[in-house]
Amino acid sequence: MQPRTSPRRPVLDVRALTKVYGEGPAAVHALGGVSLTVDAGDYVAIMGSSGSGKSTLMNIIGCLDVPSGGSYLLDGVDVGRLADRQLALVRNRLIGFVFQAFNLIPRTSAVANVELPLAYAGVRAAQRRRRALAALDAVGLADRAGHFPNQLSGGQQQRVAVARALVTEPALVLADEPTGNLDSRSTEDILAVFDQLNAAGRTIVLITHEPEVGDRARRLIRLLDGRVRSDERQDLTGRHAAGAAR
Amino acid sequence: MTVTETIRFALRGVAANKLRSALTMLGILIGVAAVILLVAVGNGSAQAITSRIEALGTNTLTVTSTNRSSGTGGLTVEVADALADPVLAPGVRSVSPLASTSTTVTYEGADHEVSQFVGTRPSWFTAANSPVADGAAFTADDEAQAHRVVVIGQTVADELFTGVDPIGRQVTVGGALFTVVGVLAAKSSTGFQDANDTAVAPLSAVREVLTGYGPISSILVEAADPGEVDAVQDQISAVLAQRLPTTTGSSSAPYRIQNAAQLLQTQTETADTFTTLLGAVAAISLLVGGIGITNIMLVTVTERTREIGIRKALGARRRTVLTQFLIEATLLSLLGGALGVAAALLGSRFTIVGVRPVIVPSSVALALGVSIAIGLFFGGLPAARAARLRPIDALRYE
Ligand SMILES: Nc1ncnc2c1ncn2[C@@H]1O[C@H](COP(=O)(O)OP(=O)(O)OP(=O)(O)O)[C@@H](O)[C@H]1O
Ligand SMILES: [Mg+2]
Repeated sequence: MQPRTSPRRPVLDVRALTKVYGEGPAAVHALGGVSLTVDAGDYVAIMGSSGSGKSTLMNIIGCLDVPSGGSYLLDGVDVGRLADRQLALVRNRLIGFVFQAFNLIPRTSAVANVELPLAYAGVRAAQRRRRALAALDAVGLADRAGHFPNQLSGGQQQRVAVARALVTEPALVLADEPTGNLDSRSTEDILAVFDQLNAAGRTIVLITHEPEVGDRARRLIRLLDGRVRSDERQDLTGRHAAGAAR
Repeated sequence: MTVTETIRFALRGVAANKLRSALTMLGILIGVAAVILLVAVGNGSAQAITSRIEALGTNTLTVTSTNRSSGTGGLTVEVADALADPVLAPGVRSVSPLASTSTTVTYEGADHEVSQFVGTRPSWFTAANSPVADGAAFTADDEAQAHRVVVIGQTVADELFTGVDPIGRQVTVGGALFTVVGVLAAKSSTGFQDANDTAVAPLSAVREVLTGYGPISSILVEAADPGEVDAVQDQISAVLAQRLPTTTGSSSAPYRIQNAAQLLQTQTETADTFTTLLGAVAAISLLVGGIGITNIMLVTVTERTREIGIRKALGARRRTVLTQFLIEATLLSLLGGALGVAAALLGSRFTIVGVRPVIVPSSVALALGVSIAIGLFFGGLPAARAARLRPIDALRYE
């Protein structure tokens, strides 16, 4: 965290966040006091061994879960004070979330799945369809728009999930292992989409186990047993124009 | 999100889960249809009995013997004639002695067992409210001369004479030939006994051929006025008490006088039992249908809860999610209920176990109400619970 060198205001401000699952002797301390800020337009990768609390942290950042302790400010607003209505608005307008387990709605076509967040945003049907198809095209699945989730491969489902997160053009994209099931080519496609989004000024936080994916980010945070072990800015030699502009 | 949009989402939800939707609707359909139809059958049989009581006339009395075994105490034609006494029983319009038995009627090789082969006088046709539809009734002369003529009921006509006009044909009864002179107008049945399975012939002829000259079965007394039935009952009991005194050692009279309503009382009671039984069966089928719906709904709770988690994570508000799922449940229940009512209305056009069902409007409302309540409750409850969860908890639900 280098407040002096960062000219932008923080979009994420996480303070001493803790999360405990269960009670008594069986309690699991998934997060043991995580503090970090992420500036608008940053590109952050979170790495760490399995069970280190990455998904737990991401779910709290994405307003899907609440912390056991500490506070979390999103765009300067304390999320803990928001009512259901406002939380729904935040999830819909501000955040695009890619789940580790895809979480597509079964027996509903890919394009209808991608349209969902737009529907909840009140976008009209025709425009919704157009934007959803464009998002599917961006992840290379334009020809699979009418397929149901169970007719898609794991990697394709993941790309539909990515398209669904992107379609509202959210300021903050949170992705829990978005390339976990993809081959190197599809991984490259998805990362290119993220690079584009980042170049357009959107903040990206992604979780990954792959070093080459982590290398693409400007900042790499390593978690260990629910704590931040390291947090470093990365040298972005070889990165495209977005990196050069920095 | 607008209301139309939410409705469209609900429709899509119904269409996306065709089997579940179909099973839910089927459960509601069967429950609703069963309740409406079974209650209608019960109601129909009760109404048939009522109409039979009315058809039989409210101004008749029937005298039956209580100890038919002892020949001395039995009713005879002489006793019957004594009842037609203008001085002692001025309220009596007509008296028809009846000798009835069951026997086989044969026509050109076809035979039919008639459950009520009745020998009586011509006055019976008006007293029993059984007009002749085709041909003519036999006359007093026929009775006096013991002419072998017969008026048959609709069932007998249908059984013996297919495609042939029965009037003028000769049938064999108890070894003797009877000429068919008329066919009775069809009567409504109660479902327990076919009122049209009957044949009526002159008393003298029936006694000669079938029953012999012993005691007769009963006496049908017609009062001049429906309001006088009670007075007539007193008058004829006085005459009967004189004619058939209570035998020593027996506490009750050897005969019994009943009016039409009393006669059919037992049948009405049976019909009531029948209706209650049907109602119980209907309630059970509604319950089974309800359990089926509940089962389907509960099985899909996990999947639906996850779906609600996804929707909430994508920015759906609690109210939007709830509305969608409630509309889905309402749609399925309403559609299933409407189809159930339609099925019941269709089914009620047919005769079921010999009864024409008569729909009871309140049963339609009750069946619809209960099944829709079940659909809404078990469709809406899991949705309401899931919508209150945090998205991540809904997503992890198992
Ligand atoms: N709902 C839960 N109830 C109890 N314990 C939980 C729950 N969710 C996570 N945990 C525990 O919290 C810890 C952190 O889990 P988390 O899912 O954040 O790990 P992760 O870093 O995302 O791992 P992976 O790389 O395998 O996805 C783990 O030890 C896990 O067992
Ligand atoms: Mg994880």
